Amino acid sequence: MNTILRYSPLLLLLLAWEAITRFGLVSRQVLPDLATIGGAWLQLIAGGELAWHLAMSMARAFGGLALAILIGVPAGLIMAVSKPFRLALNPLVQMIYPIPKSALVPLMMIWLGLGSSSKVVLIFIGCLLPVIVSAYNGAKSVNPFLLWSAASLGASRRESLVEVLLPAAMPSVLTGIRTALGFAFILMVTSEFVIAKDGIGYLIAFLGDGGVYPSMFAAIFTVAAIGFFVDRAYSMLSGRLLRWTVT
Amino acid sequence: MRDASRSAISIENVQHSYVLRGGKEIIALQNISLDIQAEEFHALLGPSGCGKSTLLYLIGGFIPLQEGSIRTRSGEVTGPGLERGIVFQNFALFPWMTVKQNILYGLRKANFPRKEAEDRAREFIQLVHLTGFEDAFPSQLSGGMQQRAAIARTLAVDPEILLMDEPFGALDAQTRRIMQEELRAIQQRTKKTVVFVTHDVQEAVLLADRITIMSPRPGRISHLIEVGLERQSVEDMLAQPEFTAKSEHIWRLVKDMAESAMRGPA
Ligand SMILES: Nc1ncnc2c1ncn2[C@@H]1O[C@H](COP(=O)(O)OP(=O)(O)OP(=O)(O)O)[C@@H](O)[C@H]1O
Ligand SMILES: [Mg+2]
Repeated sequence: MNTILRYSPLLLLLLAWEAITRFGLVSRQVLPDLATIGGAWLQLIAGGELAWHLAMSMARAFGGLALAILIGVPAGLIMAVSKPFRLALNPLVQMIYPIPKSALVPLMMIWLGLGSSSKVVLIFIGCLLPVIVSAYNGAKSVNPFLLWSAASLGASRRESLVEVLLPAAMPSVLTGIRTALGFAFILMVTSEFVIAKDGIGYLIAFLGDGGVYPSMFAAIFTVAAIGFFVDRAYSMLSGRLLRWTVT
Repeated sequence: MRDASRSAISIENVQHSYVLRGGKEIIALQNISLDIQAEEFHALLGPSGCGKSTLLYLIGGFIPLQEGSIRTRSGEVTGPGLERGIVFQNFALFPWMTVKQNILYGLRKANFPRKEAEDRAREFIQLVHLTGFEDAFPSQLSGGMQQRAAIARTLAVDPEILLMDEPFGALDAQTRRIMQEELRAIQQRTKKTVVFVTHDVQEAVLLADRITIMSPRPGRISHLIEVGLERQSVEDMLAQPEFTAKSEHIWRLVKDMAESAMRGPA
């Protein structure tokens, strides 16, 4: 009941959509009705293309994000504890920060080609910043008494980085990763729009260019739905990981 | 009077100041020299802001020494060491670990075999009356319970020197009494050297062999008092006229000092 209420704005939007198409306020060519879109969606699934393009896209998005987490979290933590490291990385962070990452799409294509690597690297760069910054901020705000406690119980500096700084920074890191997750999806679709031979972004652009609007809408709805469910799943996972925080 | 061979912690001419953001300097400790004997229960007593915690952090090696020297039997203090365990004023439990995991953390670091570590953790959880709360996170415990968990975590690794910063401050009167009894028993059994910060005069007299009274702004030692009362059960001690007299005497010293401090720096 609660869930229905929570998502009622979404239902209203769909109703409005249906009404607009029914009453012919907008050409059906441009805005197909929901039933037509549903039919196109079933066809896309039956043909197996949707799954294939989605799989390619997800591999890119999560590959880039995983790289960003693997490199960004340690980098942010070390920046918080090591001044030389911070001084070395800060200019880089400050330089990359204001660039709209989608502006790098053509550059990545030229350097890395039209395949997956250019997309993965772009997503990696886009996700890296929120991850680094959140790990850095999380580690900076750690209660120093926790580090002292660990040290007095025999933890080395390196051990306390993993055993104290990382868990202490976890709430902040998880928030940063959530932001990065959004970026990963945006950059995935954007870069596949421009030039690609597969991926959901490519499929949307291809269907749009061909004027196959019902299928295009079906593909758009699919990414939107996946984005939504990934975000929900992520929230649940973070909730579990942060069971120890005050509720 | 000074017997270097019996000395567990020797503090010489320690001076410490904090520099505030605006560049203003606060002298937290001035001219501190103190010899704490092995197996001694030593209380640091004084009003808020007189530098008790700062002195404890310096002995613990958590903040760098600016002036003077601090030595233990393991040598010059240059950083934290396993022979000096500490219970912080704000408990400092790892909030992402349960009570048991907190206690196991130190035991694992000290290379206790798994089974032994588990048994020992259980033993100390029982000692501080937290049985049943092994799997609770600190955020699910009251302040007093967190404090007891922190005490268990420190005691479990059996440090030679125990540094305690108002460890019973968050406890209710009854629990406080039980923990005081417990701590005294542990100290007498294990012959630990204890440096115990408190601003409760009765508690200091009850527990300590000697009491250092500190005065604020700047933090200095104003008196060093030999308690010299016969060790008995807490109840018997409280009933002793000598105990009351000693407490009164020390209370007056602390009060005079606090009053003169409130009138501002001379
Ligand atoms: N990190 C810090 N930065 C600046 N000043 C500090 C810092 N820590 C302590 N001080 C100052 O040093 C003095 C001594 O502080 P300290 O915490 O050692 O006192 P205390 O005796 O433990 O007090 P309390 O009984 O309230 O815990 C105080 O005037 C305090 O304001
Ligand atoms: Mg203090």
